[in-house]
Amino acid sequence: MNGKLLHYFVKRLLMALLTIFLVIAITFFVMHAIPASPFSSEKAKSDAVIAALEAKYGFDKPVPIQFLNYLKNILRGDFGLSTGWVGNTVIELIIGGFSYSARIGFTAGFLAIIFGVILGSVAALQRGKFLDKLIQILTTALVSMPSFVMATLLLLLFALQLGWLPSMGNQPGGLILPVISLSLYPMAYVTRLQRSSMLDVLGQDYIRTARAKGVKNSRVIFKHALKNTLTPVITYAGPMMAYILTGSMVVENIFSVPGLGRLFTNSMLRTDYMMIMGVTIFLATMIILMNFLGDVLYKVVDPRIDLS
Amino acid sequence: MSEKKETFKNPLSLQIDPKLFEKATDEEKAQQVSMRESVSFMRDAMRRLRRNHIAMISLCVIVLVALIAFIVPTFYPYTYTKQDVSAQNLAPFQFSAKEQAKIDRGQHIFPHIMGTDALGRDYAIRVIYGTRISLLVGIFSALIVIVIGIIYGAISGYFGGKVDMIMMRIVDIIYSLPDVLIVILLSVAIKDWVSTSKSDLIARLGAGMVSIFIVFGLLYWVSMARQVRGQILSIKEQEYVLASKAIGASPSRIIRKHMIPNCVSVIIIVAAMQIPSAIFTESFLSFLGLGVSVPMPSLGSLASDARTGLRSYPYQLIFPALSIFLIVLSFNLLGNGLRDAFDPKLRS
Repeated sequence: MNGKLLHYFVKRLLMALLTIFLVIAITFFVMHAIPASPFSSEKAKSDAVIAALEAKYGFDKPVPIQFLNYLKNILRGDFGLSTGWVGNTVIELIIGGFSYSARIGFTAGFLAIIFGVILGSVAALQRGKFLDKLIQILTTALVSMPSFVMATLLLLLFALQLGWLPSMGNQPGGLILPVISLSLYPMAYVTRLQRSSMLDVLGQDYIRTARAKGVKNSRVIFKHALKNTLTPVITYAGPMMAYILTGSMVVENIFSVPGLGRLFTNSMLRTDYMMIMGVTIFLATMIILMNFLGDVLYKVVDPRIDLS
Repeated sequence: MSEKKETFKNPLSLQIDPKLFEKATDEEKAQQVSMRESVSFMRDAMRRLRRNHIAMISLCVIVLVALIAFIVPTFYPYTYTKQDVSAQNLAPFQFSAKEQAKIDRGQHIFPHIMGTDALGRDYAIRVIYGTRISLLVGIFSALIVIVIGIIYGAISGYFGGKVDMIMMRIVDIIYSLPDVLIVILLSVAIKDWVSTSKSDLIARLGAGMVSIFIVFGLLYWVSMARQVRGQILSIKEQEYVLASKAIGASPSRIIRKHMIPNCVSVIIIVAAMQIPSAIFTESFLSFLGLGVSVPMPSLGSLASDARTGLRSYPYQLIFPALSIFLIVLSFNLLGNGLRDAFDPKLRS
């Protein structure tokens, strides 16, 4: 790693950490601006009980001190106690939900990249022909469909009408539909990126040189072109993560998967503030780190890019 | 000067004898004038856009949908709140027993084009209102983004130097905040405040809508600001700006004649791309139950409500799903057309 790259790495890391801190601060102060106490919604409690509960969860101290405590606890991996699922810590619930969401999310992301790169390359190589036009129409349609429309339509078609796949996430094979509904939009996006990137690379001089030398067409594409077309796809890693994590909120609800997204929407219903804060910070950190990794990897892979 | 006096002409001289020529007629002169009249950038772009059939069809679809969404409710015989317990979950064009009896008596009853929902409300008018919400969100978000983005980007680009550096660092940080999460967080937080708010407008819009607009105002303008700033920075360095400065053009003239016209294409492209993502966010929030407040329908909340009876009444999902798909698709295709028309360099 040369000095310039290291400099960029450090700068980008500081930026990511600052953003994470900002997310924590926004989350904390927004949630504390709510006038209602998280316990006041339960009617059966007297004021004394509410006060005792607030003392237990540390809600009776001044807000800045609460913030510092919260920050300190987060650094130790402690996101507090859940008030909606009494007896559970927030981090336990998050890890429990994330084990599902991660499985769905990473499979969806992986499929999106693999199929996106293949379809995009095919479209570029068949430029202007039938297959290219078909792929273009399909991707345009797919990026115009919100995740919840996609998921409910797939549920309607494959689970309810045709009965090929289960509609619930806990049945065997039940994660197939959630994965498909989450992967189609990013796949279409990667396809478009890959198509324009492949067209760009195929027009380069070194490809013409390779062809002029008499290198076989397949070798030109796989050996010379493909590697250089993948850089734009890398930068999409962060936005894709953001799409998949937020999309999983609706998809997990539609297919009843007990993942992080479902946990998040349920904690909104139960007005579990500690949970809402914890999940927001957790998801935001994942997205910001993915953005960071994508950016750094981009510079490592393509050293020509100006680092200023 | 001496040649003028010379009357004798050397036959070998290459000097042209004007007597051998005749004057051009006006018609011939007219032919020499450049065949193409000068075309302004705007007209040129509009011409390119008009040639793009897909973009024009999308534009027509958007105009048509907007007309339906804003005019039809004024004369439609049903309202989005009117419940009729005897007409629950009717299929499209089906009449309830009560309505059928009235028809048999010779009364005219307007058909439920898309059927009715679980509370017996006419579904077509609810889908139309949902479409209206989507369009309004898209248009207002574009306006917010345009106003804030241009001002911020223009200041940053115009002043340059330290001001620019600080302003762009702020943009970088805002850019990396996960916007959807913050919209959700805000709408959870202001739900209480909205439900107790005295303002009729805010109460009718609902927590989700208010927070969507707050977040658009706080976060979504950054890509616009980046683009405008980049454009202004590069225009500042152009030779024609230097040239007009050299011949004494005032700064206001440079801004009016060079900066703004050269930013217009970027502004149009970014704003057009913003609209579909704003519509996505609103429908997503409404689907989660954080968007518009009941009984106001949104395409997202309609799709969410349709899930309970999905097996028996699939059309209650299909209609809002198709509407949102059609709107977003048209805006996407129009956006692509605008990009190709206004910035041929960006074409991929």
